[in-house]
Amino acid sequence: MRRHPGLFLSLIIILAIIAGVFVYPKGVGEKVEPWKLGLDLVGGSHLVYQIDLSNVSSTDQSSVIAGLRDVIEKRVNLFGISQPDIYTSQSGNQAQLFVDLAGITNISDAINEIGQTPLLQFETVVTAASTTPSSTASSSPLNALSAASTTQYIPTNLTGQYITGATLTFDPTTNAPTVSISFNSQGATLFQQITAANVGKPLAIFLDGQLIEAPTVQQAISGGQAVISGGFTVASAQQLVERFNAGALPAPITLESQQTISPSLGSNSPDKLIVAGIIGTLLVMLFMIFYYRLLGIFAALALIIYIALTLGVFKLISVTLSLAGLAGFVLTIGTAVDANVLIFERIKEELKRGLPKSSAIEEGFRRAWPSIRDSNTSTIITSIILYFFTSSFVQGFALTLGIGTLVSLFSAITTTRLFLRFFLKDDKTPPKA
Amino acid sequence: MLNIVGHKKIWFTLSIILVGIAVVAIATFGFQQSAELKGGTLWEFKVTGQNLSVADVQSELVNNLHITDAQVSADTGDQSFLVIFGSISEPVHQQYISELQEVWPSFQELSFQSISASVGANLRNDSIIAIILVLVGISLYIAFAFRKASRPISSWKYGWITLLTLFHDVAIPAGMLAILGHFANVQINSDIIVALLVVMGFSVHDTIVVFDRIRENLLNHRGKVPFATIINDSVNQTLARSINTSLTLILVLLALYFVGPADLQYFVLTLLVGVTTGIYSSIFIASPALVLTSKNESV
Repeated sequence: MRRHPGLFLSLIIILAIIAGVFVYPKGVGEKVEPWKLGLDLVGGSHLVYQIDLSNVSSTDQSSVIAGLRDVIEKRVNLFGISQPDIYTSQSGNQAQLFVDLAGITNISDAINEIGQTPLLQFETVVTAASTTPSSTASSSPLNALSAASTTQYIPTNLTGQYITGATLTFDPTTNAPTVSISFNSQGATLFQQITAANVGKPLAIFLDGQLIEAPTVQQAISGGQAVISGGFTVASAQQLVERFNAGALPAPITLESQQTISPSLGSNSPDKLIVAGIIGTLLVMLFMIFYYRLLGIFAALALIIYIALTLGVFKLISVTLSLAGLAGFVLTIGTAVDANVLIFERIKEELKRGLPKSSAIEEGFRRAWPSIRDSNTSTIITSIILYFFTSSFVQGFALTLGIGTLVSLFSAITTTRLFLRFFLKDDKTPPKA
Repeated sequence: MLNIVGHKKIWFTLSIILVGIAVVAIATFGFQQSAELKGGTLWEFKVTGQNLSVADVQSELVNNLHITDAQVSADTGDQSFLVIFGSISEPVHQQYISELQEVWPSFQELSFQSISASVGANLRNDSIIAIILVLVGISLYIAFAFRKASRPISSWKYGWITLLTLFHDVAIPAGMLAILGHFANVQINSDIIVALLVVMGFSVHDTIVVFDRIRENLLNHRGKVPFATIINDSVNQTLARSINTSLTLILVLLALYFVGPADLQYFVLTLLVGVTTGIYSSIFIASPALVLTSKNESV
């Protein structure tokens, strides 16, 4: 780069122009890959669910949470929402599920749909009084049983999370609609163990906390198949099958918090923010040119390249652009020239000491580097801590602040240095001694 | 050349008064926490063509929906209302919407946030942890970055003084927010907490610039010049760049404050006050404090 500043400078400028076209919200770039806009810009909902892990053993918790996330994602996708963002967090026994739904207007339907995903539980039954076996014959290994007097249910490890699929079936004798479910291998093993341990005893099946049936186990069942016959109509059995196929919730969830923003509220703010960003950029450029003259012009040009490249990086790694994220980026415009200020002040000092221009420039960059490195590191420390200790809205801010700071290092050091090397040559006459 | 180190008593007194006011304000007034932090519902809606007053909305909420703790404020320009009350569940929310739509056919929901107290408490705890981590993280980094500038002051002292100035730079805008909260009902939300964290990240920039020059001058002039003189020289040599680096940020913040979206107004104000405090503390507090810590050591 030292030998061919012109070549590398041209490369950076071409890259910046490509980035500029790529990020411009109208035209080619938007067709290739549209901007991913946050809830606060396009409207939408941020939902926080509390996950009830009280019936989940501590070793299974992470897999249950991951399974829950997948199931909810399937449900939300089924609802036809573009770019849902679903993530979880866990600290101790507290676990939360976050659902960000951008650009949808009727949020109550979505909330219902997510909440209605069935929760299936198998529980063993301890009865205080006698139970009467029902007279209805069935070819199913599970026979219906009507429970009487005080009954206690003890949850087993077998839940809907082990279900791989469900089909609508009909009882061969009564022709009543039933739901056949199949378990995965882990679920099949559990089912066999539970049935083996409870031969002659009832096994209760709960759906969404409601007891739907408690058939008596006739024998240990291997093969991972079970039939639920809970007095369904064809329609209700069909609905249950669809929900099982989308996935049953491995643990119950409750809606804790929601934030819904209408697009009409969001639409005004980003324009104002962009105008403020442009005015801020112009003020910074004017200040740099006014204070540092020729050097300032290079800093101003480097700032434009910085803006194009940073937005390009945001889009390339598909950062969701929220109002907070945009604000974070606008702030980095104010700090992106900091390194230039430090370098230029240093160059001025070296020139005063009598160094020729080219050595003053190199020395300026070299000597200013430690303070540039240390001050940018402190911003990066802040953005990393922010990123890991916050959720959705603030995370966007932390991400843009961090990425912006990294790109600004490149911009202030590399781009500006290439500009100076290419345009500022030593005067032909040797400097006065 | 300005004799900054020589007049350190004036600067310290000024800072102690300001931080003192801030601490007293926080202790007596506390912060007005938004629904986001303490739990509750923030509901924004629009009713056109009815010329409703705040009192109309208030009485409707009390009589029809039986919300007794609602605080209503209005933006009469576009006939939108903001209502704050305790957190509610989604079915209740839907019921409220349908009841209000019956009374006011033009009712249109703009935003709805209902946050349970436990989510708010989580956010509050995370924010406090984040602030402490940033304070400690940056101070430790400074102690590490200046590990070679050990004589006549140990690098730990750079770290301690950074911690002190960071506290100073956060306490003053935080005190301002407590005062604004008491007299103008300005609420602390997650944006404001972010602003306080970012103030720390940015305000330390100037301090680093001065410390870096002190580190360099100490290496060059060791044993020849009194320590206080080296520090005063360093502050003066870096005065222009300390101010200019923050000034470019202040220019952007001013643009955001006057032209930017209204929702970010207090976020930007917190940053403006914090960054300005940061310039002051890096020039008038951090460097003179270095002299103070090494009074008993010879150069």
